[in-house]
Amino acid sequence: MNLSVNFAGVEMKNPVTTASGTFGSGAEYKDFVDLNKLGAVTTKGVSSVPWEGNQTPRICETYGGMLNAIGLQNPGIDLFIERDIPFLKQYDTKIIVNICGRTPEEYAEVVQKLADEDIDLLEINISCPNLKAGGLAFGQNPEVARQITDKVKRCAKQPVIMKLSPNVTDITEMAKAAEAGGADAISLINTLTGMKIDINKRTFVLANKTGGLSGPAIKPVAVRMVYQAAHAVKIPVLGMGGIRDSEDALEFIMAGATMVAVGTANFNNPSATEDVINGIAAFMEKNRVKDINELIGCL
Amino acid sequence: MADKKKCTAQVTSQIKLAEDIYSMWIKFPEDADVAGMAVPGQFISMYCHDGSRMLPRPISICEINTPDNMLRVVYRIAGKGTEEFSKLGADSTIDVIAPLGNGFTINAHSFKRTLLIGGGIGIPPMLGLARSLKDNGSTSIEAVLGYRDGTLLLKDEFEAYARVYVSTEDGSAGIKGNVVDVIKEYGIQADIIYACGPLPMLCGIKALARERGIKAQLSLEERMACGIGACLGCVCQSKEKDGHSNVNNKRICKDGPVFDSEEILI
Repeated sequence: MNLSVNFAGVEMKNPVTTASGTFGSGAEYKDFVDLNKLGAVTTKGVSSVPWEGNQTPRICETYGGMLNAIGLQNPGIDLFIERDIPFLKQYDTKIIVNICGRTPEEYAEVVQKLADEDIDLLEINISCPNLKAGGLAFGQNPEVARQITDKVKRCAKQPVIMKLSPNVTDITEMAKAAEAGGADAISLINTLTGMKIDINKRTFVLANKTGGLSGPAIKPVAVRMVYQAAHAVKIPVLGMGGIRDSEDALEFIMAGATMVAVGTANFNNPSATEDVINGIAAFMEKNRVKDINELIGCL
Repeated sequence: MADKKKCTAQVTSQIKLAEDIYSMWIKFPEDADVAGMAVPGQFISMYCHDGSRMLPRPISICEINTPDNMLRVVYRIAGKGTEEFSKLGADSTIDVIAPLGNGFTINAHSFKRTLLIGGGIGIPPMLGLARSLKDNGSTSIEAVLGYRDGTLLLKDEFEAYARVYVSTEDGSAGIKGNVVDVIKEYGIQADIIYACGPLPMLCGIKALARERGIKAQLSLEERMACGIGACLGCVCQSKEKDGHSNVNNKRICKDGPVFDSEEILI
């Protein structure tokens, strides 16, 4: 049985990675998951300098999901290169580094610093709903998204995945803009902008007022958008949004995703990624599917 | 190698202590030496059976029974998740990751004049610490417990380990006021303070400890998602730049929940 896929020129032992921001750089999960079993680890967004993130509360649960407004707190690219990449290099898994920024120049600076690092792919976050500048603002305008993709591609040595926001009218326009800018792949969906109100305190639960909705509640939206995007572009798609088990993952794969990412489910079950991989293998065994590639985009 | 996991534990008993407050004993499976690793001040992540509730509820450890591999939690119903827990009877199962975080640190000062302070639902972890200190030979433990009213959660149990003082907001028992009022009123002296409770109380204790030049260990709480230090949902501001985060933020779930009062900005 073959579980391996080729994603934007990178051979992955299986199609499962982690959704950026839910898994740190893997260190906190190594006791729960054998990181060697993952197709890739996608690390939490990293910027050119350390970011403090938003005020707390940053997190709240909602029905079938959660809202977060972490604000991309991260230690900055220099410490990331010094500490997190060597940590992940101990494991037999591919490394996808997620990058965030407030200006196109900030993205470019991080991409340049990673140019000579032994990592496999870059994922450019132009879709974080929790930033006042940059982030989502870049991910809602196709022309801006194309320009940032183009700028990043000019200085990137690794293949580039553009991470798209669902907070748009037409996801296919954004997918095409990324492709036109030279992206090697796209990933979607990032979180949907949401809000929760504490009726007893008559206030917003999150200090940021709004946050990004993730978890099983958003899965049908994500599957639909992956399907639409995959049919709109020729570059491969990394699908995510509410994947909790292998059945969810297989929906994304059949909708057109070459790879899938497990995110919020890691908070419910720290071994979720490994369980998804095992579940996909079991499904293939049961249904006599010899190669996972037969299932990708079969609809 | 992956050697930790979410495990399915057994609820062995649960009783209601007061309105919306429950006490539950949980027994862990043989292959998970949870009680043996746990220390007072740590917490556990409790997961709901209802799949619509994805996130674990972080609940502080109240008591540790090492021989039987059991932990006790005393918690308040704060929403639908804890309400679900409150309905679990003996023979129910519950999925748990435990123990988590860093608990209270015992040092040479812990066996001099030790002052434990608990406020409201911050009282349960202090009970476990009182018991642990007493079991380890401490002879001078004073406890100041702050309540809203005369419900006096766990006060009887505390009296087995410590000399107990009480404050109530409504004046129905002990001194009318807060825990700091009690300490001043009785002239309570200490070489070390341990505390858990609402943020305004912890701020008052931090100020008091600074004024007296003694160390205080404070247990914080915050909304959490992963509970293991990955998501950065539950941070608090730190005085110095934190080595892990590389900014002035510490993770309450992983670096805490217990902090030295002078290392955090509250």
